[in-house]
Amino acid sequence: MKIFSEIGRYILFMRFVFKRPDRGRVFWNMLLREMNLIGIDSLIVVILIATITGAVTTIQTASQLASDSGILPPSMFPMAIVGSVVGSSSILELAPTITCLVLAGKIGANIASEIGNMQVSEQIDAYEVMGINSKGFVSLPKVVAGIIMIPCLILVSSFLLILGGLIAAKLTGIMTMDEYVTGLRSSFVPHYAKVLMVKSVVFSFIITSLSCFQGYYTVGGALEVGEAGTKAVTKICVMILLFDLIIAKLLL
Amino acid sequence: MIQLKDLNKYFGDKHVLKNINANFLPGVANLVIGASGGGKSVLVKTMVGLETPSSGSVLFEDRDYNRLEYEEKQVLRREIGMLFQGTALFDSLTVEQNVEFPLLMFSNMTKEERQDRVNNCLSRVNLVNANKKTPAEISGGMKKRVGIARAIALNIKYLFCDEPNSGLDPLTSRVIDALLEDITKEFGITTIINSHDMKTVKEIGEHIVFMHQGEKWWEGSNKDLAEAQKSNKELDAFVKASF
Repeated sequence: MKIFSEIGRYILFMRFVFKRPDRGRVFWNMLLREMNLIGIDSLIVVILIATITGAVTTIQTASQLASDSGILPPSMFPMAIVGSVVGSSSILELAPTITCLVLAGKIGANIASEIGNMQVSEQIDAYEVMGINSKGFVSLPKVVAGIIMIPCLILVSSFLLILGGLIAAKLTGIMTMDEYVTGLRSSFVPHYAKVLMVKSVVFSFIITSLSCFQGYYTVGGALEVGEAGTKAVTKICVMILLFDLIIAKLLL
Repeated sequence: MIQLKDLNKYFGDKHVLKNINANFLPGVANLVIGASGGGKSVLVKTMVGLETPSSGSVLFEDRDYNRLEYEEKQVLRREIGMLFQGTALFDSLTVEQNVEFPLLMFSNMTKEERQDRVNNCLSRVNLVNANKKTPAEISGGMKKRVGIARAIALNIKYLFCDEPNSGLDPLTSRVIDALLEDITKEFGITTIINSHDMKTVKEIGEHIVFMHQGEKWWEGSNKDLAEAQKSNKELDAFVKASF
């Protein structure tokens, strides 16, 4: 029963989040600040993780193809398959899911702790007493900034995953760059880009809205603020994987 | 004027406000006093709309807060200022940005007009040369004064103060008391102060509501207090324990 009451509370919360902002100019300033915090401040971690993950995926896939599986001799597999596997898995799964799981830890925990701290220090009450829709005021800029910036980070991530694979192929000499690029081109399906964008937007919404919700309903003190961050990350990760499954089933 | 009519509040089975009736007049420092757990914080939170009453009404002039539509409540709330126990200053903003915040949200003032108003409010609470400091850089007494300045930045009709002297030294407490009394008289606002500081009660308590176990146990002024203590043992115990 608790889960249904939680879902109901989340829906009511989101209804207030999407009310028209009290002051457009203030909202716009907050949106720009949040876009900077969510997008630009997360760029380095996304670059590092995507490049390394792309390289590791390439090396491991090539290693598996080169080993004797007992099904077919290794010489029967063209190495271009590696480019194909890395390209498809990067666009369909690694870029949206891995990036968002990482961002859940960075952005989700940060938002939940920030709003949780505002709640326990009565800043949220101060907004309410002033006649400001506090749910929308603190959450809407974060949710909108997330929906704008996280898909951009995911696009960067998918490009860097493929590039990381290419660099690994070149540096380790496990295949030629031509083989890798041939594999990439042969497996590219434009529909996969649509799936990538759908996942990006859905996951962005999950990260920002759930972390705002978790932070907003923090009760207690410093300990509970920390717990809000942890709970937010856990719930976001579970929901991302659940929606990953649903989107894959619906769109592929 | 604020009127409470048969106000009740339950948390589950716990009856925390029991049939409260009271009138709080403008231009008077109205004090709600009582021991911790007596219901005074819940009473103030219910009056400002942070808690919903289980039954009864809170009337701001002729407007019953809990019967208003959401948008009407937002309009009424812009007539309310509140000084929180922990000040609730926005820690990402400077002192002047904190005071400017309600003006930015709800007035059509130009930047220069807002700046003038901010400086007026800060000088009204005797706070100068602190405009660019953040809440983390100022003392507890200064934070309270910034909180008051922010509360009065808009032309409010109602001011609520939750434990305005908590965490302050006795000297600063008297400064805050005097400031609240002056502002109440000067602007003719309805001020409700939730306190258990007996010095505040003796100095500015023109109208006092004593809360005990969720009930309005006694009502009067600081002039009547000594006499009332003789016949009211709960009030007497509270007053004696406070010194």
